[in-house]
Amino acid sequence: MPRLKLELLDNDLVNQIISEGIALLESPGIRVHNREALELLANAGAKVDFQAQIACIPESITRQALKTAPHEFTLFDLKGDPAVHYFGDKIHFDPGSGGLTIIDSQTERPRLPVTSDLIKFVKLVEALPQVDAQSTAFICSDVVPEIGDLYRLYLALIYMNKPIITGAFRKDTWLPMKEMLSAVAGGDQALASKPTAVFDVCPSPPLLWSETTCQNLIDCARFSIPAQLISMPLAGATAPVTLAGAVVQHTAECLSGVVIHQLTKEGAPIVWGGSPAIFDMREGSTPMGAVETWMISSAYVQVGKALGLPTHAYTGMSDGKIIDAQCGLESMGGNFVAALSGANIISGCGMLDLESCLSYEKLVIDAEMIGMVKRFVTGIEVRDNPIALSLMQKSGHKGNFLSLPHTRKWYREEQYLPSEVIDRASFEGWKSRGEKSTFERARERAEKLIAAYQPTKITGELRQELRAITLRAAETFGMQSLPPLPKGE
Amino acid sequence: MANELFQKMAQSIIDGDSEVAVELAEQAIAQGIDPLEAISNGFVTGVNKVGEAFSVGDVFLPELVMAGDAMKSALATLEPELKKLGSAREILGRVVLATVEGDIHEIGKTLVGSMLGASGFEVYDLGVDQPAEKIIGKALEVNADIIGMSALLTTTMVRQREVIEELDKEGLRPRIKVMIGGAPITRDWFEKIKADGYSEDAVGAVKIAKGMVGKADQ
Repeated sequence: MPRLKLELLDNDLVNQIISEGIALLESPGIRVHNREALELLANAGAKVDFQAQIACIPESITRQALKTAPHEFTLFDLKGDPAVHYFGDKIHFDPGSGGLTIIDSQTERPRLPVTSDLIKFVKLVEALPQVDAQSTAFICSDVVPEIGDLYRLYLALIYMNKPIITGAFRKDTWLPMKEMLSAVAGGDQALASKPTAVFDVCPSPPLLWSETTCQNLIDCARFSIPAQLISMPLAGATAPVTLAGAVVQHTAECLSGVVIHQLTKEGAPIVWGGSPAIFDMREGSTPMGAVETWMISSAYVQVGKALGLPTHAYTGMSDGKIIDAQCGLESMGGNFVAALSGANIISGCGMLDLESCLSYEKLVIDAEMIGMVKRFVTGIEVRDNPIALSLMQKSGHKGNFLSLPHTRKWYREEQYLPSEVIDRASFEGWKSRGEKSTFERARERAEKLIAAYQPTKITGELRQELRAITLRAAETFGMQSLPPLPKGE
Repeated sequence: MANELFQKMAQSIIDGDSEVAVELAEQAIAQGIDPLEAISNGFVTGVNKVGEAFSVGDVFLPELVMAGDAMKSALATLEPELKKLGSAREILGRVVLATVEGDIHEIGKTLVGSMLGASGFEVYDLGVDQPAEKIIGKALEVNADIIGMSALLTTTMVRQREVIEELDKEGLRPRIKVMIGGAPITRDWFEKIKADGYSEDAVGAVKIAKGMVGKADQ
């Protein structure tokens, strides 16, 4: 079966983008606001101006880093089973992360999320088979902002089995986050050999590694915890307005990340990812649902593949504020483009409002989308040979396929069977079930799935340990106690 | 021993495996197990399970149809033994099914027939394109409790009314109840033509039919 594949760039263009990216690292170089990284670069032979905090990286260093970066790796779930294979054109999905608000299921308007919201969200992700990994979806407003990053990882670890895409907002919260992951895995070595988490690390456009994210990048490499480069060129504002130009900037930023990472530890796993956008010339916003945003993403994924690296894309989101038609069409478009581009992990389901808001209902609807997209990408397969000749000669003109074992054998693989969120009833059937909108059906399904959640096998001892790590961090920032978790869990 | 066999019987229906269902029915006969018990404690349990699983969306039409077919095969194997023993299987009711005149669509109707048969009704499926006199004639011939009519087209669904009017003229209702189905059938239509029942799907049709013969599920 020929694989379905979307490639927006021809080979010459891919090569030109890569060589321009490499040339940008030589001149004007990359800004690195991190002493350790500058030293690593200087020791490797880069021309480093410590005063200006700029490193000019010769092509040979970049090429060497690309040689040692692994082509693939696997994320494991908390039971120790492989769950997400960053490899080739395999695709997986995880929710958007770092949201500031959640859509209230009753008012259908955004509000600040609290501990109980994130717990519900984690449970919902566990229950949706289409979603392959957790994300540290949003920041809880009932803890001090300084521990916003590690607190969401803490909550997720209590309730999840799936692996998680996470990230740190500070230099000093990365370590407690690693401690938690290590505690769950049974030590640093176990975590390195069977990673359960990926840390997103974001260079700042254009061509800058901030102190914090650069340190996160180095720390990930040191402990062999996978790092995911999230380069965010904003085409027309902090990056060239041309789509190809934005991809060049993305390439340069990601290459610099690969270099710093591999100089820290050769062979540590790293992902070629991002969250680019065009700059909206009317609103001055960063539309994730814009067709050009998808195009930049598809193109950089192609570049990443040409470099032999595992890839990530941030799509499947909407800029709409409520769960409406815009929300659906933008999410579907982005998911299709990223999936057909073969991005190994596609982040963004459940997210809307310019990458700032999450919704249980959107997540449930997006899961159906992902089911359809995964089905599409699998393509049309030949199950029997001859395809239908023997079958149809035997069945003649009877038209009784519904009652044939052949149908029963294949229909679940041939057809993606959506949940009741997708309405395919007759008009009367829809009417008799209460004339519900997509949002209402999604809300009901979310409630049902969350209520049916089964606790993981996490021990009381481990829960205590994770809570102690979190509390220690909270105390550092003047918070003396953590919000209580629901009883009996 | 018998319990184990009953479980296997139920499973053969759930698997939609007619061959295994027939084999198990033959085993029951050979072991001298009461065929009525084999049906009600074995095969019917399987039918009910599949029906429930369909209702909650765990299984779909192919499983439902194949379960119906397997049930039919098992019953066909047990019938002669029942007759020999002089006992008759309790029949919930007799149903004459047809797609109305001018309409040749039958997937839904066949599905309803298969589910009704599997649930204990005696089903006479006349097929497609059946005029009123044929449907009513058959109902009288077999002493039917229920006539079930399907139509897929808005142009042919009016034929459902003709059959009902004919039945009323002959004074055959309420002795014979009428249930209707098909894509264009709405509650409005059902009320308008004064049918006795209608359903959106095959599992619902079984419930309606049971209610019509006073054997509603508890």
